[in-house]
Amino acid sequence: MDTAAGVEACLPITSDMDLVWVRQHVRQAAAQLGFGLVDQTKLVTAASELARNTLVHGGGGRIEVTALTDGPVPGLRLTFRDEGPGIADLDRALTDGYTSGDGLGMGLGGARRLVHEFAIDSAPGAGTTVTVTSWVARPPRPRGEA
Amino acid sequence: MTGGFPQHAAGHVPVLRLGDVLLVTLQGDLHDSAAEQLQQDIGEAIAAHRSRGVVIDVSGVEIVDSFLGRVLAEIAAKAELLAAQTVVAGMRPAVAITMVELGLTLPGLRTALTAEEAVRGFGGTDPVLRTARTRLGSP
Amino acid sequence: MPEQEAAEQHGVPEREIGDFLHRRREQIAQRWADETFFRSVFTVSREEAVDAGRALVDALAQVAASGRVTDPEAAGFSQVREQLARMCAARSRAGLTPSEVSRDVAALRPPVVDLLVAELRDAPEQRLRERSNLLTVLMGTLRVIVMEAALSENQALIDRQRMQLMEMATPVIKLWDGIVAVPLIGTLDSARSQVVMETLLESVVEQQAHFAILDITGVPTVDSLVAQHLMKTVAAARLMGAECVVSGIRPAIAQTIVHLGLDLGSVVTRASLADALAYALRKLGADIVPPSSHGAGER
Repeated sequence: MDTAAGVEACLPITSDMDLVWVRQHVRQAAAQLGFGLVDQTKLVTAASELARNTLVHGGGGRIEVTALTDGPVPGLRLTFRDEGPGIADLDRALTDGYTSGDGLGMGLGGARRLVHEFAIDSAPGAGTTVTVTSWVARPPRPRGEA
Repeated sequence: MTGGFPQHAAGHVPVLRLGDVLLVTLQGDLHDSAAEQLQQDIGEAIAAHRSRGVVIDVSGVEIVDSFLGRVLAEIAAKAELLAAQTVVAGMRPAVAITMVELGLTLPGLRTALTAEEAVRGFGGTDPVLRTARTRLGSP
Repeated sequence: MPEQEAAEQHGVPEREIGDFLHRRREQIAQRWADETFFRSVFTVSREEAVDAGRALVDALAQVAASGRVTDPEAAGFSQVREQLARMCAARSRAGLTPSEVSRDVAALRPPVVDLLVAELRDAPEQRLRERSNLLTVLMGTLRVIVMEAALSENQALIDRQRMQLMEMATPVIKLWDGIVAVPLIGTLDSARSQVVMETLLESVVEQQAHFAILDITGVPTVDSLVAQHLMKTVAAARLMGAECVVSGIRPAIAQTIVHLGLDLGSVVTRASLADALAYALRKLGADIVPPSSHGAGER
Protein backbone atom coordinates (compact mmCIF):
# COMPACT_ATOMS: atom_id res chain seq x y z
CA MET A 1 0.00 0.00 0.00
CA ASP A 2 1.83 3.03 -1.29
CA THR A 3 0.25 5.89 0.60
CA ALA A 4 2.82 8.32 -0.70
CA ALA A 5 1.60 8.08 -4.27
CA GLY A 6 -0.44 11.12 -5.24
CA VAL A 7 0.42 12.78 -1.95
CA GLU A 8 4.02 13.77 -2.44
CA ALA A 9 4.70 16.63 -4.76
CA CYS A 10 6.76 19.72 -5.37
CA LEU A 11 4.64 22.62 -6.58
CA PRO A 12 5.66 26.12 -7.65
CA ILE A 13 4.28 29.18 -5.87
CA THR A 14 4.64 31.97 -8.37
CA SER A 15 1.13 33.27 -8.96
CA ASP A 16 -2.34 33.68 -7.49
CA MET A 17 -3.51 30.62 -9.35
CA ASP A 18 -0.72 28.56 -7.77
CA LEU A 19 -2.26 29.24 -4.37
CA VAL A 20 -5.40 27.49 -5.57
CA TRP A 21 -3.41 24.47 -6.76
CA VAL A 22 -1.54 24.32 -3.48
CA ARG A 23 -4.78 24.33 -1.51
CA GLN A 24 -6.32 21.69 -3.70
CA HIS A 25 -3.30 19.42 -3.55
CA VAL A 26 -2.94 19.69 0.21
CA ARG A 27 -6.65 19.05 0.63
CA GLN A 28 -6.49 15.94 -1.53
CA ALA A 29 -3.30 14.70 0.15
CA ALA A 30 -4.72 15.18 3.62
CA ALA A 31 -7.94 13.41 2.71
CA GLN A 32 -6.01 10.54 1.21
CA LEU A 33 -3.93 10.06 4.34
CA GLY A 34 -7.05 9.93 6.46
CA PHE A 35 -7.15 13.32 8.14
CA GLY A 36 -10.56 14.21 9.59
CA LEU A 37 -12.48 17.14 8.14
CA VAL A 38 -11.54 19.70 10.77
CA ASP A 39 -7.88 18.69 10.63
CA GLN A 40 -7.94 18.85 6.84
CA THR A 41 -9.43 22.32 6.97
CA LYS A 42 -6.80 23.50 9.43
CA LEU A 43 -3.96 22.09 7.37
CA VAL A 44 -5.21 23.51 4.08
CA THR A 45 -5.80 26.89 5.68
CA ALA A 46 -2.29 26.88 7.11
CA ALA A 47 -0.96 25.96 3.68
CA SER A 48 -2.90 28.83 2.16
CA GLU A 49 -1.44 31.30 4.65
CA LEU A 50 2.10 30.08 4.25
CA ALA A 51 1.91 29.82 0.47
CA ARG A 52 0.60 33.34 0.26
CA ASN A 53 3.48 34.51 2.46
CA THR A 54 5.89 32.80 0.13
CA LEU A 55 4.31 34.56 -2.81
CA VAL A 56 3.77 37.99 -1.37
CA HIS A 57 6.70 38.38 1.00
CA GLY A 58 9.14 35.89 -0.44
CA GLY A 59 8.83 36.90 -4.06
CA GLY A 60 7.67 33.43 -5.01
CA GLY A 61 9.03 29.98 -4.26
CA ARG A 62 7.79 26.44 -3.92
CA ILE A 63 6.13 23.92 -1.65
CA GLU A 64 7.29 20.38 -1.01
CA VAL A 65 4.69 17.93 0.20
CA THR A 66 5.90 14.76 1.93
CA ALA A 67 4.07 11.84 3.46
CA LEU A 68 5.42 10.57 6.79
CA THR A 69 4.68 7.81 9.23
CA ASP A 70 5.23 7.70 12.96
CA GLY A 71 4.72 4.03 13.62
CA PRO A 72 1.18 3.40 12.43
CA VAL A 73 0.22 7.07 12.33
CA PRO A 74 0.39 8.83 8.96
CA GLY A 75 1.47 12.44 8.76
CA LEU A 76 1.86 15.20 6.22
CA ARG A 77 4.79 17.58 6.01
CA LEU A 78 4.70 20.81 4.04
CA THR A 79 7.85 22.78 3.36
CA PHE A 80 7.61 26.29 1.93
CA ARG A 81 10.79 27.74 0.46
CA ASP A 82 11.62 31.09 -0.99
CA GLU A 83 14.78 32.98 -1.83
CA GLY A 84 13.29 36.27 -0.81
CA PRO A 85 14.48 38.97 1.53
CA GLY A 86 14.04 36.84 4.64
CA ILE A 87 12.49 37.87 7.95
CA ALA A 88 14.45 40.22 10.14
CA ASP A 89 12.47 39.93 13.36
CA LEU A 90 11.24 36.35 13.66
CA ASP A 91 9.77 36.82 17.12
CA ARG A 92 7.58 39.65 16.00
CA ALA A 93 6.55 37.77 12.88
CA LEU A 94 5.37 34.89 15.02
CA THR A 95 3.08 37.02 17.12
CA ASP A 96 -0.30 37.79 15.67
CA GLY A 97 -0.67 40.57 13.19
CA TYR A 98 -4.41 40.24 12.97
CA THR A 99 -5.47 42.47 15.75
CA SER A 100 -4.07 45.43 13.90
CA GLY A 101 -6.58 44.55 11.21
CA ASP A 102 -4.35 45.42 8.33
CA GLY A 103 -4.47 41.87 7.06
CA LEU A 104 -0.84 42.17 6.12
CA GLY A 105 0.05 40.22 9.24
CA MET A 106 2.50 37.57 8.25
CA GLY A 107 0.04 34.87 9.23
CA LEU A 108 2.82 32.85 10.81
CA GLY A 109 1.53 32.88 14.37
CA GLY A 110 -1.92 31.86 13.26
CA ALA A 111 -0.66 29.19 10.89
CA ARG A 112 1.43 27.76 13.69
CA ARG A 113 -1.67 27.13 15.78
CA LEU A 114 -3.24 25.14 12.97
CA VAL A 115 -0.53 22.48 12.76
CA HIS A 116 1.17 20.05 15.12
CA GLU A 117 4.78 20.96 14.36
CA PHE A 118 6.15 24.23 13.05
CA ALA A 119 9.70 25.24 12.21
CA ILE A 120 11.01 28.33 10.47
CA ASP A 121 14.41 29.15 9.12
CA SER A 122 14.91 32.66 7.90
CA ALA A 123 17.40 35.49 7.91
CA PRO A 124 17.68 38.77 6.05
CA GLY A 125 19.02 38.12 2.60
CA ALA A 126 18.92 34.37 3.06
CA GLY A 127 15.38 33.49 2.08
CA THR A 128 12.84 31.69 4.21
CA THR A 129 11.95 28.06 4.79
CA VAL A 130 8.87 27.14 6.78
CA THR A 131 8.21 23.49 7.61
CA VAL A 132 4.93 22.35 9.12
CA THR A 133 3.80 18.85 10.01
CA SER A 134 0.50 17.42 11.11
CA TRP A 135 -0.46 13.91 12.14
CA VAL A 136 -3.69 12.05 11.58
CA ALA A 137 -6.23 11.85 14.41
CA ARG A 138 -3.70 12.68 17.07
CA PRO A 139 -5.48 14.27 20.02
CA PRO A 140 -4.41 17.92 20.09
CA ARG A 141 -1.66 18.62 22.54
CA PRO A 142 -2.54 21.19 25.16
CA ARG A 143 -1.42 24.65 24.17
CA GLY A 144 -0.33 26.83 27.01
CA GLU A 145 -0.29 30.06 25.06
CA ALA A 146 -3.07 32.52 25.66
CA MET B 1 -25.36 42.77 -12.14
CA THR B 2 -29.12 42.75 -11.73
CA GLY B 3 -31.44 39.92 -10.80
CA GLY B 4 -31.69 37.51 -13.67
CA PHE B 5 -28.91 35.56 -15.27
CA PRO B 6 -25.54 35.79 -13.56
CA GLN B 7 -22.58 36.45 -15.83
CA HIS B 8 -19.87 33.82 -15.50
CA ALA B 9 -16.54 35.15 -16.54
CA ALA B 10 -13.58 33.08 -15.38
CA GLY B 11 -13.64 33.06 -11.58
CA HIS B 12 -16.23 35.81 -11.57
CA VAL B 13 -18.66 35.61 -8.70
CA PRO B 14 -22.19 36.67 -9.65
CA VAL B 15 -24.03 39.22 -7.55
CA LEU B 16 -27.78 38.60 -7.56
CA ARG B 17 -30.36 41.17 -6.70
CA LEU B 18 -33.39 40.12 -4.67
CA GLY B 19 -35.40 43.27 -4.20
CA ASP B 20 -33.24 45.62 -2.23
CA VAL B 21 -30.96 42.88 -0.98
CA LEU B 22 -27.93 41.58 -2.83
CA LEU B 23 -27.09 37.87 -2.65
CA VAL B 24 -23.59 36.60 -3.30
CA THR B 25 -22.90 32.88 -3.25
CA LEU B 26 -19.27 31.91 -2.81
CA GLN B 27 -18.43 28.45 -4.07
CA GLY B 28 -15.36 26.28 -3.70
CA ASP B 29 -12.02 27.92 -4.06
CA LEU B 30 -11.99 31.65 -4.66
CA HIS B 31 -8.76 33.01 -5.90
CA ASP B 32 -7.41 36.31 -4.76
CA SER B 33 -8.14 38.37 -7.85
CA ALA B 34 -11.72 37.10 -8.05
CA ALA B 35 -12.19 38.11 -4.41
CA GLU B 36 -10.95 41.61 -5.11
CA GLN B 37 -13.13 41.88 -8.18
CA LEU B 38 -16.09 40.84 -6.07
CA GLN B 39 -15.44 43.63 -3.57
CA GLN B 40 -15.60 46.08 -6.40
CA ASP B 41 -18.72 44.55 -7.93
CA ILE B 42 -20.61 44.62 -4.66
CA GLY B 43 -19.76 48.24 -4.06
CA GLU B 44 -21.00 49.18 -7.50
CA ALA B 45 -24.15 47.11 -7.14
CA ILE B 46 -25.07 48.65 -3.79
CA ALA B 47 -24.69 52.09 -5.24
CA ALA B 48 -26.55 51.26 -8.43
CA HIS B 49 -29.55 49.68 -6.71
CA ARG B 50 -29.52 51.48 -3.36
CA SER B 51 -29.42 48.06 -1.70
CA ARG B 52 -30.17 47.83 2.00
CA GLY B 53 -28.35 44.59 2.51
CA VAL B 54 -25.73 42.20 1.24
CA VAL B 55 -25.95 38.51 2.06
CA ILE B 56 -22.81 36.50 1.45
CA ASP B 57 -23.55 32.78 1.38
CA VAL B 58 -20.45 30.87 2.45
CA SER B 59 -22.10 27.47 2.88
CA GLY B 60 -20.08 26.18 -0.05
CA VAL B 61 -16.78 27.56 1.17
CA GLU B 62 -14.27 25.06 2.53
CA ILE B 63 -11.44 27.40 3.44
CA VAL B 64 -11.41 30.91 4.83
CA ASP B 65 -7.88 32.15 5.31
CA SER B 66 -6.73 35.56 6.50
CA PHE B 67 -6.98 36.98 3.00
CA LEU B 68 -10.58 35.97 2.48
CA GLY B 69 -11.37 37.01 6.03
CA ARG B 70 -10.04 40.46 5.29
CA VAL B 71 -12.05 40.60 2.07
CA LEU B 72 -15.24 39.79 3.98
CA ALA B 73 -14.49 42.43 6.61
CA GLU B 74 -13.77 45.00 3.90
CA ILE B 75 -16.96 44.21 2.03
CA ALA B 76 -18.89 44.77 5.24
CA ALA B 77 -17.10 48.01 6.02
CA LYS B 78 -17.61 49.37 2.53
CA ALA B 79 -21.26 48.34 2.51
CA GLU B 80 -21.85 50.09 5.80
CA LEU B 81 -20.43 53.31 4.38
CA LEU B 82 -22.99 52.94 1.63
CA ALA B 83 -25.76 52.40 4.21
CA ALA B 84 -26.12 48.67 3.61
CA GLN B 85 -25.79 45.87 6.14
CA THR B 86 -23.76 42.78 5.38
CA VAL B 87 -24.56 39.31 6.68
CA VAL B 88 -22.29 36.30 6.23
CA ALA B 89 -24.41 33.16 6.22
CA GLY B 90 -23.96 29.41 6.41
CA MET B 91 -20.42 29.16 7.70
CA ARG B 92 -19.40 25.52 8.03
CA PRO B 93 -18.34 24.24 11.49
CA ALA B 94 -14.88 23.14 10.34
CA VAL B 95 -14.29 26.54 8.78
CA ALA B 96 -15.53 28.43 11.86
CA ILE B 97 -13.34 26.32 14.13
CA THR B 98 -10.31 26.93 11.95
CA MET B 99 -10.92 30.65 11.67
CA VAL B 100 -11.13 30.97 15.44
CA GLU B 101 -7.90 29.03 15.87
CA LEU B 102 -6.28 31.27 13.29
CA GLY B 103 -7.42 34.28 15.27
CA LEU B 104 -9.89 35.39 12.63
CA THR B 105 -13.03 35.97 14.67
CA LEU B 106 -14.27 38.92 12.59
CA PRO B 107 -16.04 40.72 15.44
CA GLY B 108 -18.68 43.11 14.23
CA LEU B 109 -19.42 41.01 11.16
CA ARG B 110 -23.06 39.95 11.22
CA THR B 111 -23.79 36.30 10.66
CA ALA B 112 -26.73 33.97 10.07
CA LEU B 113 -27.28 30.23 9.95
CA THR B 114 -28.50 30.26 6.36
CA ALA B 115 -28.70 32.63 3.43
CA GLU B 116 -32.44 32.22 3.37
CA GLU B 117 -32.72 33.35 6.96
CA ALA B 118 -30.44 36.29 6.29
CA VAL B 119 -32.50 37.45 3.32
CA ARG B 120 -35.74 36.99 5.27
CA GLY B 121 -34.25 39.05 8.03
CA PHE B 122 -34.02 42.07 5.82
CA GLY B 123 -37.69 41.68 5.03
CA GLY B 124 -39.24 42.63 8.32
CA THR B 125 -39.57 42.02 11.99
CA ASP B 126 -38.51 38.36 12.10
CA PRO B 127 -37.55 37.68 15.73
CA VAL B 128 -35.18 34.97 14.56
CA LEU B 129 -32.93 37.52 12.94
CA ARG B 130 -32.85 39.65 16.05
CA THR B 131 -31.28 36.80 17.91
CA ALA B 132 -28.72 36.35 15.16
CA ARG B 133 -27.64 39.79 16.16
CA THR B 134 -28.34 41.68 12.98
CA ARG B 135 -29.14 45.26 13.71
CA LEU B 136 -31.58 46.17 10.99
CA GLY B 137 -32.52 49.63 12.07
CA SER B 138 -36.21 49.92 12.93
CA PRO B 139 -37.93 46.57 13.54
CA MET C 1 30.13 -29.75 -0.45
CA PRO C 2 29.63 -26.04 -0.69
CA GLU C 3 28.48 -25.72 2.91
CA GLN C 4 31.64 -27.25 4.27
CA GLU C 5 33.82 -25.10 2.09
CA ALA C 6 32.04 -22.00 3.27
CA ALA C 7 32.31 -23.21 6.86
CA GLU C 8 36.04 -23.51 6.51
CA GLN C 9 36.32 -19.90 5.59
CA HIS C 10 36.46 -18.76 9.24
CA GLY C 11 34.69 -15.54 8.39
CA VAL C 12 33.29 -13.28 11.08
CA PRO C 13 30.43 -15.26 12.71
CA GLU C 14 27.91 -12.54 11.93
CA ARG C 15 28.74 -12.60 8.29
CA GLU C 16 28.42 -16.35 8.28
CA ILE C 17 24.95 -16.10 9.71
CA GLY C 18 24.18 -13.52 7.06
CA ASP C 19 25.38 -15.87 4.36
CA PHE C 20 23.46 -18.74 5.88
CA LEU C 21 20.24 -16.75 5.90
CA HIS C 22 20.82 -15.68 2.35
CA ARG C 23 21.44 -19.28 1.25
CA ARG C 24 18.45 -20.69 3.09
CA ARG C 25 16.16 -17.80 2.25
CA GLU C 26 13.64 -19.80 0.28
CA GLN C 27 13.41 -22.62 2.79
CA ILE C 28 13.03 -20.29 5.72
CA ALA C 29 10.37 -18.23 3.96
CA GLN C 30 8.45 -21.39 3.10
CA ARG C 31 8.56 -22.64 6.68
CA TRP C 32 7.57 -19.23 8.04
CA ALA C 33 4.58 -19.05 5.72
CA ASP C 34 3.06 -21.87 7.78
CA GLU C 35 3.72 -20.21 11.12
CA THR C 36 0.91 -18.35 12.86
CA PHE C 37 2.47 -14.91 12.50
CA PHE C 38 2.42 -15.10 8.71
CA ARG C 39 -0.48 -17.46 8.16
CA SER C 40 -2.93 -15.43 10.17
CA VAL C 41 -2.04 -12.20 8.40
CA PHE C 42 -1.81 -13.42 4.82
CA THR C 43 -5.01 -15.39 4.83
CA VAL C 44 -5.73 -15.12 1.14
CA SER C 45 -2.50 -16.06 -0.56
CA ARG C 46 0.27 -18.26 0.76
CA GLU C 47 2.54 -16.86 -1.93
CA GLU C 48 2.12 -13.43 -0.35
CA ALA C 49 3.14 -14.89 2.98
CA VAL C 50 6.22 -16.44 1.40
CA ASP C 51 7.05 -13.13 -0.26
CA ALA C 52 6.81 -11.34 3.05
CA GLY C 53 8.95 -14.06 4.60
CA ARG C 54 11.61 -13.63 1.93
CA ALA C 55 11.74 -9.90 2.56
CA LEU C 56 12.16 -10.50 6.27
CA VAL C 57 14.96 -13.02 5.77
CA ASP C 58 16.72 -10.56 3.47
CA ALA C 59 16.49 -7.89 6.13
CA LEU C 60 17.83 -10.23 8.82
CA ALA C 61 20.67 -11.30 6.54
CA GLN C 62 21.60 -7.70 5.96
CA VAL C 63 21.54 -6.88 9.65
CA ALA C 64 23.66 -9.91 10.44
CA ALA C 65 26.18 -9.09 7.73
CA SER C 66 26.49 -5.55 9.03
CA GLY C 67 27.33 -6.93 12.46
CA ARG C 68 24.43 -5.14 14.20
CA VAL C 69 22.55 -8.15 15.56
CA THR C 70 21.74 -6.51 18.89
CA ASP C 71 20.58 -3.19 17.45
CA PRO C 72 16.85 -2.69 16.78
CA GLU C 73 17.76 0.50 14.92
CA ALA C 74 20.03 -1.33 12.49
CA ALA C 75 19.68 -0.10 8.93
CA GLY C 76 18.85 -3.54 7.59
CA PHE C 77 15.52 -3.52 9.40
CA SER C 78 14.27 -0.33 7.80
CA GLN C 79 13.08 -2.11 4.66
CA VAL C 80 10.71 -4.36 6.61
CA ARG C 81 9.60 -1.99 9.33
CA GLU C 82 6.47 -0.92 7.51
CA GLN C 83 5.60 -4.51 6.65
CA LEU C 84 6.10 -5.60 10.26
CA ALA C 85 4.02 -2.66 11.47
CA ARG C 86 1.18 -3.70 9.20
CA MET C 87 1.38 -7.30 10.33
CA CYS C 88 1.35 -6.17 13.97
CA ALA C 89 -1.63 -3.95 13.30
CA ALA C 90 -3.48 -6.90 11.77
CA ARG C 91 -2.70 -9.10 14.77
CA SER C 92 -3.70 -6.31 17.17
CA ARG C 93 -7.01 -5.91 15.41
CA ALA C 94 -7.50 -9.65 15.79
CA GLY C 95 -7.37 -8.99 19.52
CA LEU C 96 -3.82 -9.96 20.40
CA THR C 97 -1.87 -8.14 23.07
CA PRO C 98 1.65 -6.93 22.24
CA SER C 99 3.06 -9.84 24.29
CA GLU C 100 1.07 -12.33 22.31
CA VAL C 101 2.24 -10.85 19.03
CA SER C 102 5.80 -11.02 20.30
CA ARG C 103 5.30 -14.71 21.12
CA ASP C 104 4.09 -15.29 17.57
CA VAL C 105 7.42 -13.95 16.39
CA ALA C 106 9.33 -16.10 18.88
CA ALA C 107 7.84 -19.10 17.12
CA LEU C 108 9.75 -18.11 13.98
CA ARG C 109 13.05 -18.92 15.58
CA PRO C 110 12.96 -22.76 15.86
CA PRO C 111 12.57 -23.42 12.09
CA VAL C 112 15.60 -21.29 11.36
CA VAL C 113 17.71 -22.78 14.13
CA ASP C 114 16.77 -26.28 12.94
CA LEU C 115 18.15 -25.45 9.50
CA LEU C 116 21.32 -24.03 11.02
CA VAL C 117 21.84 -27.07 13.19
CA ALA C 118 21.37 -29.32 10.18
CA GLU C 119 23.97 -27.35 8.25
CA LEU C 120 26.55 -27.31 10.99
CA ARG C 121 25.90 -30.90 12.04
CA ASP C 122 29.49 -31.89 11.39
CA ALA C 123 31.04 -28.71 12.73
CA PRO C 124 32.77 -28.47 16.10
CA GLU C 125 30.23 -27.97 18.90
CA GLN C 126 31.81 -24.66 19.90
CA ARG C 127 31.15 -23.32 16.44
CA LEU C 128 27.57 -24.52 16.33
CA ARG C 129 26.86 -23.03 19.72
CA GLU C 130 28.37 -19.70 18.76
CA ARG C 131 26.41 -19.44 15.53
CA SER C 132 23.23 -20.65 17.14
CA ASN C 133 23.50 -18.07 19.91
CA LEU C 134 24.06 -15.36 17.37
CA LEU C 135 20.96 -16.40 15.50
CA THR C 136 19.00 -16.42 18.73
CA VAL C 137 20.20 -12.92 19.54
CA LEU C 138 19.23 -11.72 16.07
CA MET C 139 15.75 -13.20 16.35
CA GLY C 140 15.53 -11.63 19.80
CA THR C 141 16.20 -8.23 18.30
CA LEU C 142 13.45 -8.89 15.80
CA ARG C 143 11.13 -9.61 18.69
CA VAL C 144 12.03 -6.24 20.22
CA ILE C 145 11.15 -4.47 17.01
CA VAL C 146 7.85 -6.30 16.72
CA MET C 147 7.06 -5.56 20.35
CA GLU C 148 7.72 -1.86 19.76
CA ALA C 149 5.52 -1.87 16.69
CA ALA C 150 2.74 -3.66 18.52
CA LEU C 151 2.91 -1.25 21.46
CA SER C 152 2.84 1.68 19.11
CA GLU C 153 -0.20 0.29 17.35
CA ASN C 154 -1.78 -0.32 20.72
CA GLN C 155 -1.20 3.27 21.72
CA ALA C 156 -2.76 4.45 18.49
CA LEU C 157 -5.78 2.25 19.20
CA ILE C 158 -6.08 3.68 22.70
CA ASP C 159 -5.92 7.20 21.31
CA ARG C 160 -8.68 6.40 18.83
CA GLN C 161 -10.84 4.86 21.51
CA ARG C 162 -10.28 7.82 23.78
CA MET C 163 -11.52 10.15 21.07
CA GLN C 164 -14.55 7.96 20.51
CA LEU C 165 -15.25 7.92 24.21
CA MET C 166 -15.02 11.66 24.40
CA GLU C 167 -17.43 12.00 21.55
CA MET C 168 -19.89 9.65 23.20
CA ALA C 169 -19.53 11.43 26.49
CA THR C 170 -20.54 14.71 24.90
CA PRO C 171 -24.25 14.41 24.28
CA VAL C 172 -25.80 17.45 22.67
CA ILE C 173 -29.41 17.82 23.63
CA LYS C 174 -32.11 19.62 21.73
CA LEU C 175 -34.01 21.58 24.33
CA TRP C 176 -36.40 23.27 21.94
CA ASP C 177 -36.68 24.17 18.30
CA GLY C 178 -33.63 26.23 17.69
CA ILE C 179 -32.03 25.60 21.08
CA VAL C 180 -29.38 22.97 21.82
CA ALA C 181 -27.42 22.38 24.99
CA VAL C 182 -24.36 20.44 26.03
CA PRO C 183 -23.71 19.64 29.67
CA LEU C 184 -19.97 19.67 30.19
CA ILE C 185 -18.84 17.22 32.82
CA GLY C 186 -15.40 16.92 34.28
CA THR C 187 -12.21 18.64 33.32
CA LEU C 188 -12.21 20.51 30.07
CA ASP C 189 -8.81 19.86 28.62
CA SER C 190 -7.69 20.75 25.13
CA ALA C 191 -8.61 17.43 23.57
CA ARG C 192 -12.06 17.34 25.13
CA SER C 193 -12.89 20.90 24.32
CA GLN C 194 -12.06 20.21 20.68
CA VAL C 195 -14.51 17.32 20.66
CA VAL C 196 -17.15 19.39 22.46
CA MET C 197 -16.76 22.24 20.02
CA GLU C 198 -17.01 20.02 16.96
CA THR C 199 -19.96 18.02 18.27
CA LEU C 200 -21.83 21.11 19.39
CA LEU C 201 -21.33 22.99 16.13
CA GLU C 202 -22.37 19.98 14.05
CA SER C 203 -25.51 19.89 16.11
CA VAL C 204 -26.11 23.60 15.51
CA VAL C 205 -26.16 22.87 11.78
CA GLU C 206 -28.30 19.76 12.08
CA GLN C 207 -30.85 21.39 14.36
CA GLN C 208 -30.53 24.82 12.77
CA ALA C 209 -30.14 26.07 16.32
CA HIS C 210 -29.84 29.77 17.00
CA PHE C 211 -28.83 29.14 20.56
CA ALA C 212 -26.23 26.77 21.98
CA ILE C 213 -26.10 26.48 25.75
CA LEU C 214 -22.82 25.41 27.30
CA ASP C 215 -23.58 24.23 30.79
CA ILE C 216 -20.53 24.11 32.98
CA THR C 217 -22.22 22.97 36.19
CA GLY C 218 -20.17 19.78 36.06
CA VAL C 219 -16.84 21.48 35.43
CA PRO C 220 -14.94 21.61 38.72
CA THR C 221 -12.65 24.55 38.01
CA VAL C 222 -12.52 27.33 35.51
CA ASP C 223 -9.06 28.69 34.83
CA SER C 224 -7.76 30.76 31.97
CA LEU C 225 -7.35 27.71 29.73
CA VAL C 226 -10.92 26.55 30.29
CA ALA C 227 -12.13 30.09 29.69
CA GLN C 228 -10.11 30.17 26.48
CA HIS C 229 -11.70 26.94 25.26
CA LEU C 230 -15.17 28.22 26.04
CA MET C 231 -14.47 31.48 24.24
CA LYS C 232 -13.31 29.64 21.15
CA THR C 233 -16.56 27.71 21.01
CA VAL C 234 -18.51 30.91 21.50
CA ALA C 235 -16.59 32.65 18.71
CA ALA C 236 -17.00 29.75 16.30
CA ALA C 237 -20.74 29.52 16.95
CA ARG C 238 -21.00 33.25 16.36
CA LEU C 239 -19.34 32.92 12.99
CA MET C 240 -21.97 30.36 12.10
CA GLY C 241 -24.85 32.60 13.11
CA ALA C 242 -25.65 31.07 16.48
CA GLU C 243 -25.37 32.55 19.94
CA CYS C 244 -23.81 30.71 22.85
CA VAL C 245 -24.98 31.04 26.41
CA VAL C 246 -22.76 29.79 29.19
CA SER C 247 -24.78 28.48 32.11
CA GLY C 248 -23.96 26.81 35.40
CA ILE C 249 -21.87 29.67 36.74
CA ARG C 250 -21.82 28.86 40.42
CA PRO C 251 -20.93 31.69 42.79
CA ALA C 252 -17.55 30.10 43.44
CA ILE C 253 -16.84 29.97 39.71
CA ALA C 254 -17.94 33.57 39.29
CA GLN C 255 -15.53 34.47 42.07
CA THR C 256 -12.67 32.69 40.32
CA ILE C 257 -13.44 34.32 37.01
CA VAL C 258 -13.43 37.79 38.51
CA HIS C 259 -10.42 37.03 40.66
CA LEU C 260 -8.37 35.79 37.72
CA GLY C 261 -9.55 38.68 35.59
CA LEU C 262 -10.75 36.26 32.91
CA ASP C 263 -12.34 37.96 29.97
CA LEU C 264 -15.49 36.25 28.83
CA GLY C 265 -16.09 38.88 26.21
CA SER C 266 -19.70 39.66 25.53
CA VAL C 267 -21.01 36.14 26.00
CA VAL C 268 -24.24 35.89 27.94
CA THR C 269 -23.94 33.90 31.13
CA ARG C 270 -26.55 32.49 33.48
CA ALA C 271 -26.41 30.71 36.79
CA SER C 272 -28.48 27.73 35.70
CA LEU C 273 -29.42 25.81 32.58
CA ALA C 274 -33.03 26.72 33.25
CA ASP C 275 -32.21 30.42 33.22
CA ALA C 276 -30.29 29.99 29.99
CA LEU C 277 -33.24 28.20 28.42
CA ALA C 278 -35.59 31.00 29.51
CA TYR C 279 -33.25 33.57 27.98
CA ALA C 280 -33.11 31.74 24.67
CA LEU C 281 -36.86 31.19 24.53
CA ARG C 282 -37.53 34.86 25.11
CA LYS C 283 -35.09 35.79 22.40
CA LEU C 284 -36.89 33.46 20.04
CA GLY C 285 -40.10 35.36 20.75
CA ALA C 286 -41.68 32.79 23.03
CA ASP C 287 -43.24 34.00 26.20
CA ILE C 288 -43.04 32.09 29.43
CA VAL C 289 -46.13 32.55 31.59
CA PRO C 290 -47.02 30.89 34.84
CA PRO C 291 -50.10 28.65 34.81
CA SER C 292 -53.19 30.89 34.83
CA SER C 293 -54.30 31.60 38.38
CA HIS C 294 -58.04 31.33 37.62
CA GLY C 295 -57.82 27.84 36.21
CA ALA C 296 -58.34 25.79 39.33
CA GLY C 297 -57.52 22.10 39.30
CA GLU C 298 -56.47 21.75 35.68
CA ARG C 299 -55.36 18.17 35.83
